[in-house]
Amino acid sequence: MSGYRFRLSCLAGLLGVMLGAPLAPAAAPDPNDPWPGLVQDIFNNRAMNDGADIIGIEMPYRAEDAAIVPVTLRSKLPPGDSRRVLRITLVIDQNPAPLAAKFELGPDANVSEISTRVRINNYTDVHAVAELSDGKLYMAKTYVKASGGCSAPAAKTADDARSRLGQMRYRQFARPGQGPASGAREAQIMIGHPSNSGLQMDQVTQLYTPAFFIDRLQIWQDDSPVLAMEGGISISEDPNIRFTYVSNGAKRFRAEARDTEGHIFRNEWKIDDSSM
Amino acid sequence: MACRVWLMTALALLGAPTFVWAQQQALPVDEIAPGVFVHSGKTALMTRENAGAIANIGFIIGESAVAVIDTGGSVREGQQLLAAIRARTDRPIRYVINTHGHPDHMFGNIAFVQDGTSFVGHRNLPRALTTRGPFYIEAFRRIMGGELIDDVRMVPPTILVDGITTLDLGSRTLTLRAWPAAHTDNDLTVLDEQTRILFAGDLVFLSHTPVLDGSLRGWLDVIDELATLPAQRVVPGHGVVSEWPAALADQRRYLQTLASDVRALIASGKSITAAAGAAAAAERSRWQLFDDFHARNATAAFSEIEWE
Repeated sequence: MSGYRFRLSCLAGLLGVMLGAPLAPAAAPDPNDPWPGLVQDIFNNRAMNDGADIIGIEMPYRAEDAAIVPVTLRSKLPPGDSRRVLRITLVIDQNPAPLAAKFELGPDANVSEISTRVRINNYTDVHAVAELSDGKLYMAKTYVKASGGCSAPAAKTADDARSRLGQMRYRQFARPGQGPASGAREAQIMIGHPSNSGLQMDQVTQLYTPAFFIDRLQIWQDDSPVLAMEGGISISEDPNIRFTYVSNGAKRFRAEARDTEGHIFRNEWKIDDSSM
Repeated sequence: MACRVWLMTALALLGAPTFVWAQQQALPVDEIAPGVFVHSGKTALMTRENAGAIANIGFIIGESAVAVIDTGGSVREGQQLLAAIRARTDRPIRYVINTHGHPDHMFGNIAFVQDGTSFVGHRNLPRALTTRGPFYIEAFRRIMGGELIDDVRMVPPTILVDGITTLDLGSRTLTLRAWPAAHTDNDLTVLDEQTRILFAGDLVFLSHTPVLDGSLRGWLDVIDELATLPAQRVVPGHGVVSEWPAALADQRRYLQTLASDVRALIASGKSITAAAGAAAAAERSRWQLFDDFHARNATAAFSEIEWE
């Protein structure tokens, strides 16, 4: 039996070699650049405008930990610009599932900055595409080197990741120089979830573990939407989203998350203005 | 062995260059105690030039059998370790023990696959190899090149350790212990009862910046437990063979500083990005490869401690 198993895993390894042709590190004029194909698949080939003055994307130049790479998206629209950011799509070109996340920005929440954490499998371009109320797409990109050493885009303690399933935490941060009068707030929502990619074959059963991740997260102040995220397997385990917004005077913060097995996780918190 | 025959046949069918299991030079090893041999890895990242030989690996010879403890960072290093064993004994290699699933400790496994040899690992090791193996092979093919990496296979353990297990090499007992998540979630130590030499794998680092790929809080707890083991000397995963338990002191200080700094950064509302630059900066001058590993340790520590 163990010999048989061995043979199967050898075969699986070989299939991997045959199917997964080694990818060259991404470079700008590379004919293997996946971006044109991604524009077609994700954005239906809509025109991409230069987003340098519209949207900022910040990531470390090197993915220190392949499983937890911080990314910050920032609106660069100047005050007084009549346009509004409707949604931001985050694309990690060389990941197995390049569409990492799609953020919908609440119409009245004035979200100007979103930080989360993603997995990075390879040397890759990372694109942020903002859709504005003028109906156009604006793109900015950065480049991230894959992590070295034994870092991998997988859970470090798979048991812990399961044991936190569905736990939600909310935190407010004091923004320096922004008192309660400005209404500007910074908050964070964390959700315990293993975010399994489903890309790994179990060596014993030879079956792929099913993907298991948060695919939708919605956040409201009272009943007014602040931010919603559609996520995929490129979002790190225990999804964590930190963002700025403008308070509408609400007293409650609410979050609801759904995962691919249909679990719904809900929580709400009283907004504490005393620390602002 | 069936697997090897199958592999070679399949590779030939694919038109891949047939690899030659050539007679390799013996890996340099020191006999640090009677029957206990260690190759001291270079404190470096795995590269094409060093063929991945960066971890301390070794073997123990009993009256009837040999146990290998970790197999190195490439098939070549594994073959050279095999040659070093064969230069000293013709007793059968009954066990190949992997202290955890990192590439520098187990990429040489395939060199030891043959009938009569059992692979031994933590009960979580198969899962780690499943989730990480294909990624590791791809990542290190980029870094080290196909010649060193194409033949690597994630050979999983056939004997799983949960708690404590002993292996008998013939008038020589090895005590294996599987630990809760610490350096990784599949750390295993090997104590040679006869010489009181402890092979700690990467639960112990000296000089080489400790690498956090499991649980920071778990590791600190495990360090306290490890210190009670009745060992005289330790073969750390990286760094020189040292007295026990004094060898734990530097690493304990580093991990404690990391934990307390990260805790303070989280309390003050700093971002995970800021933490990577600020935490435990005072430790920088005390470790090698700090810039290669410390920022990721701080990142991992942050994402763990923020759930406290």
